[in-house]
Amino acid sequence: MTTALDSLDAAALSGTPLRRQLRRAERRRTLWLLALIAPLALFVLASFIVPIASLLGRAVDNPEIHHTLPDTVATLGDWSGEGLPDAVAFAALARELAQVKGTPAIAEISKRLNRERPGSRSVVMRTARGLPLAEGADARAALIALDPAWGEAETWRVLERAGRPYTAFYLLAALDRSTDAEGRVVALPPEEAIYLDVLGRTFTMSLVVTLVCLVLGFPLAYRMATLPVRHANTLMILVLLPFWTSVLVRVAAWIVILQNEGLANQFLMWTGLTDTPQRLLFNRFGVYVAMVHILLPFMVLPLYSVMKGIPPVYLRAAVSLGCPPFRSFWKIYFPLTLPGIGAGCLLVFIVCMGYYITPALLGGPGDQMISYFIAFYTNQAVNWGMAAALSAVLLTATLVLYAIYSRYLGGNAAGQVR
Amino acid sequence: MHRDAFVACQADAPAATPEVLVAFRGVRKTYDGDTLIVRNLDLDIRRGEFLTLLGPSGSGKTTCLMMLAGFETPTSGEIRLAGQVINRLPPHRRNIGMVFQNYALFPHMTVLENLRFPLAVRKLPAPEIDARARRALAMVQLAGFESRYPQQLSGGQQQRIALARALVFDPQLVLMDEPLGALDKQLREHMQLEIKHIHESLGVTFVFVTHDQGEALTMSDRIAVFNHGVIQQIDTPAALYESPANAFVAGFIGENNALAGRLATLTTDGRCTVTLADGTGLVASAGAGVRAGEPVVVSIRPERVRLARPGAPAINRVGARLIEQIYLGDHLRLRMQLAGGEPVTMKAPISQLDRCPGPGETVELELAPEHLLALEPATPG
Repeated sequence: MTTALDSLDAAALSGTPLRRQLRRAERRRTLWLLALIAPLALFVLASFIVPIASLLGRAVDNPEIHHTLPDTVATLGDWSGEGLPDAVAFAALARELAQVKGTPAIAEISKRLNRERPGSRSVVMRTARGLPLAEGADARAALIALDPAWGEAETWRVLERAGRPYTAFYLLAALDRSTDAEGRVVALPPEEAIYLDVLGRTFTMSLVVTLVCLVLGFPLAYRMATLPVRHANTLMILVLLPFWTSVLVRVAAWIVILQNEGLANQFLMWTGLTDTPQRLLFNRFGVYVAMVHILLPFMVLPLYSVMKGIPPVYLRAAVSLGCPPFRSFWKIYFPLTLPGIGAGCLLVFIVCMGYYITPALLGGPGDQMISYFIAFYTNQAVNWGMAAALSAVLLTATLVLYAIYSRYLGGNAAGQVR
Repeated sequence: MHRDAFVACQADAPAATPEVLVAFRGVRKTYDGDTLIVRNLDLDIRRGEFLTLLGPSGSGKTTCLMMLAGFETPTSGEIRLAGQVINRLPPHRRNIGMVFQNYALFPHMTVLENLRFPLAVRKLPAPEIDARARRALAMVQLAGFESRYPQQLSGGQQQRIALARALVFDPQLVLMDEPLGALDKQLREHMQLEIKHIHESLGVTFVFVTHDQGEALTMSDRIAVFNHGVIQQIDTPAALYESPANAFVAGFIGENNALAGRLATLTTDGRCTVTLADGTGLVASAGAGVRAGEPVVVSIRPERVRLARPGAPAINRVGARLIEQIYLGDHLRLRMQLAGGEPVTMKAPISQLDRCPGPGETVELELAPEHLLALEPATPG
């Protein structure tokens, strides 16, 4: 007995054989697990991570000038920014503008420059009309003759800024900021600033929907958790029912119910609460009603699953210790549901932040959330840079929220929730 | 019905002297309106005693406890606590400590916060809360565990914290609902003694529910044996074992040989003669309520069965065939069959067995009349 123990100890102390065996066994297990999740990992990579990364890349991508006028941009790289650039830069610009004259590329660069400095479009177009220059002509004098703007250092500074491969322009614009002539970040004038408002509105609306879902979902989840399984399952089907119909169908149904001659107004007038039809649609109210309806299951499900795991005996114990029933609920039961409340609120809030179709169909112009503008820039304005920048802002806000959640509520199911 | 009357009278008689803390009077409980879980219960719990409610599952013992705690209300009858009828008193105002089956320690609170909870609810001054919580912790020998969470404790430690929490607010009564069921055997036996010692040192009244007769015998001052919603007998452990009131109690507590027969004659000295199915006549001590001509069960403990000494004059000699013998170290267990086919088990210390019969051998057994009880058969539910 002693000798067996001794030899085991010796093997363990000398280390190598036993430890190496253990490591080998664990490595085999890890490889097997990795192989099992590999298909999913590849799928997620190809369908999710790569597209999102490339979209986010467009938020800082600045290809127009950089691609169309590569030599000009390269020569401007050595320019100090003071006074006019040297003749090589003028020659390169004249040559490259002449090459793209009459192609769609000239429209792209003039549009891009115009965004940087209004009026640049006509400068480019006017210049291009006079190109190409005659053989052996002085490029500097010729360009200034075509448009005097080329004689100003500011024009070249705009060209140099717009010619950089990456730009913070879109990201700044998504936060209602831009750079002034000296490259400093400044706030846009109030009449042009909209995105911070939209972001704030997105947050407020998500918060309201989340709170309403919590207030409505908590008692329902509690009831379901305390009912016998058979009845709880019936209720569960009712909760999940909205999941089984299309969002569009549900929105259409709300339009029918909430319109001026709809059920809701007829009921209100029948009860005498109001004489004239109330405006329930194409405003904030309609958006809230439909979004709460759609998102309620996301709140109820995590709450229910957490509540299901809280034995009712805790409440009995609290009562037997002299705590009145309602106070027992608040002091004992409620804290134990916090992980569920956290998960449900996070889920609803994050889904809300990205909501597009419901506000678009049921809301007024002042009820549109940030996703509406992302869709606008991708579908209508075809400004990928702006769409990507707004997406980046939305994604960052979501990630920050998630970080806060996992810091304060995540990672501890039943215990140690303070 | 006369059985209930007998039980009630037996329970009442000695209760006259010590003070009665809890009294159940005519308590009935039904959940569905058809079957009574508790039928007409009369029970006195004396101040300071350790009373165990013992019975198989579904016998009504837990329902009784829950009615006392206030989580169930009696369908009829009344429950008095220290003279006051408490039928309608909500559980949080009863001042009764309770230990639950799985302890029900609050998982989001530390050990100390769990112990403070009942005191904070009573709005005691903070220093007193702290002092009493720490004293209770020391009582269950877990000082130093203040800031642990329940899930960081072993089952036995959680058990002790639950006990401390049920005692920390000085309740007049502590109820325990099979609190040791989740522990392994060794720890359970240790905790039985620990709970018993805490009871002795505090003098608080304990009501303990279990289906484990060993646990009941170890810990209790008195045991109430439940079956089919009726208290079959309430008595000290020794009295329950030595003179069970009926065949159910005899069978439920300890090992027992039960032989069905019919009571032939009943004599005034408490003896009777019983005829077994195959015609064998036996002299037995008459239990309560047996009447001539009625079917009875004669019962004898395995350790009271003896091999007859050859030549010694004795009554109640019966022939039996040995089926098998089981060696258990300190004693032998002999499984035998009587002439009529009834199985009989005998338990004999090895030291007292000078000659051990082999399987298949026929032996003569001696069933001493003072240990052979003629009892009423168990009433079917």
